[in-house]
Amino acid sequence: MIHKTASKYATDLDLVQQATLDDRSRHLRRLIFRAIENGGRGHIGPALSLVEIIRVLYDDFLRHDPAKPKWRERDRFILSKGHGCLALYAMLADRGFFDVGELDRFCHFDSFLGGHPETVVPGVEACTGALGHGLSIGLGMALAARMTGRDSKVYVLMGDGEINEGSVWEAAACADKHRLSNLTAIIDYNKIQSAGSVFEIQNMEPLTDKWTAFGFRVFECNGHDVEDLRQVFRDAAAYTGDRPRAVICHTVKGKGIPAAENNPDWHHKSDLKPAELQIVRSALGS
Amino acid sequence: MRKRSLDMVHTLAKRDERVVFIGSDLSPNLLGEMKKEFPSRYYMEGIAEANVIGMAAGMAMDGFIPYVNTIATFITRRCYEQVAVDLCLHDLPVRLIGNGGGYVYAPLGPTHEAIEDIAIMRALPRMTVTAVCDAEEMTRLMDATLDWPHPVYIRLGKGGDPVISKAERGFAIGKAIDMIDGETGASDVLLIATGVATTQALKAAGSLAADGIRCRLLHVHTVKPLDADAIVDAAGQAKLVVTVEEHSVVGGLGSAVLEALSDRLTGALPPLKRLGIPDKFAEHYGSQAKLMESFRFDAKGIDATVRKLLAELRR
Repeated sequence: MIHKTASKYATDLDLVQQATLDDRSRHLRRLIFRAIENGGRGHIGPALSLVEIIRVLYDDFLRHDPAKPKWRERDRFILSKGHGCLALYAMLADRGFFDVGELDRFCHFDSFLGGHPETVVPGVEACTGALGHGLSIGLGMALAARMTGRDSKVYVLMGDGEINEGSVWEAAACADKHRLSNLTAIIDYNKIQSAGSVFEIQNMEPLTDKWTAFGFRVFECNGHDVEDLRQVFRDAAAYTGDRPRAVICHTVKGKGIPAAENNPDWHHKSDLKPAELQIVRSALGS
Repeated sequence: MRKRSLDMVHTLAKRDERVVFIGSDLSPNLLGEMKKEFPSRYYMEGIAEANVIGMAAGMAMDGFIPYVNTIATFITRRCYEQVAVDLCLHDLPVRLIGNGGGYVYAPLGPTHEAIEDIAIMRALPRMTVTAVCDAEEMTRLMDATLDWPHPVYIRLGKGGDPVISKAERGFAIGKAIDMIDGETGASDVLLIATGVATTQALKAAGSLAADGIRCRLLHVHTVKPLDADAIVDAAGQAKLVVTVEEHSVVGGLGSAVLEALSDRLTGALPPLKRLGIPDKFAEHYGSQAKLMESFRFDAKGIDATVRKLLAELRR
């Protein structure tokens, strides 16, 4: 079943599907697979759908300093869908929060890079993995920034399956109550959760209407088009109202590896076979 | 005890600008004076415990010390994953104040009776679990929480509980307190109690002592970290040990004491009886006192149990 709102974006969804990846996006994906290959496992699809979102945030919007991950004036980014952590690790390594070589030890016994992100990783703001926690933590951080008079912004990235959790909507109502204009909720809307299509497992449409009804100023974009992402985050930043923002990013699960795209079988892999690694290499280059 | 705990949040807020209060749909005008004095550090949120815990975690990650308050069952059962992950995994200085430990809400039935809160909080790494016995001791606990670097669960009694604690006995998180002057060594029976059950145990100790039975009473206001040194030492000098708690006998103080003795006591364990709530939901309403009486861990029940067990030991 395709909901009417999804149909409304059918054209956009085609564009999302067709978005081409530039060198930087392919480079970040290669870092993801470097970790997967060495760790022998990982959530692939959920990481590949959010690479461009995270890239645009860190490259163009987030105030941060890799040399001082705890800098008080920084903006905060919480990857609430912790299972997408490989994209975050790739981004943090690329920006110099830690040595890129650490990716080779992903999920190893004594590595700090596990299958879900923890705050022992330089640059990781919150331990996530249990879903539906990030928005509440983020709004607490946004309130803390307000109480201390800092202009830090807080971004919380959630999955489209994650927002099945009731706690997300408790947090949404609370963010609205407190008029947290320094808080941005981002939805990685790749339309597939672990068990299958989000429209079949737990349809959350009309999604834009839901976030709007919960008091958010909602923006939508193609989550793989870097220019579109930059524009939407510029628009969100330019919005001067007192409401929290929600940015719904239409994405493709497994984006960048044709065999993995929209394929629930690539949600998590613990046994990537040589043939599959070859598929990855031919898609991303080496 | 409840009023004192909340008044202390206001007192601590005056003392330290990191202190924040977060309630989840409590009484109108609760902590109204604090709200007036520190409006930006006073939050009365909706009926959304999971969100409230995450929100407190976010504030604590930024250096604040949030005191979160709602009914004990809701602040433990309802948001257990948030407590485990957001608070304990991050080891944040958030304080959970749970109204109505045990049978305080007896007339309201099992949904409101926190009978396993100590057990489930105790099972979480880094969580500190406390149950003081009266309002005066609550003041001392709240003072100590300000700089305690870990999450703390603060179990509240009914309010208006008789004051049995004494400042001169001292107070430190994690240190059990001997409650009977002159009874700090060998004993016929060592009573170990927590929360307002200590009041019942003290009363029982009085009636037992009147008949020449030497009673020592250790008040364990901190069930975790447990004062294993004091408990092991005292148990080694007792003919009989009886634990008393207004809590399920599964996983609470009695279990913690048994674990400590089993792990640390060299030689034979003394006979040990756990008094508390049996492994069942309440099937009656009435009052806290009536339920404690029916499960025989009020003063009279403790007294009778000790006499019976000592008689059996003599046989």
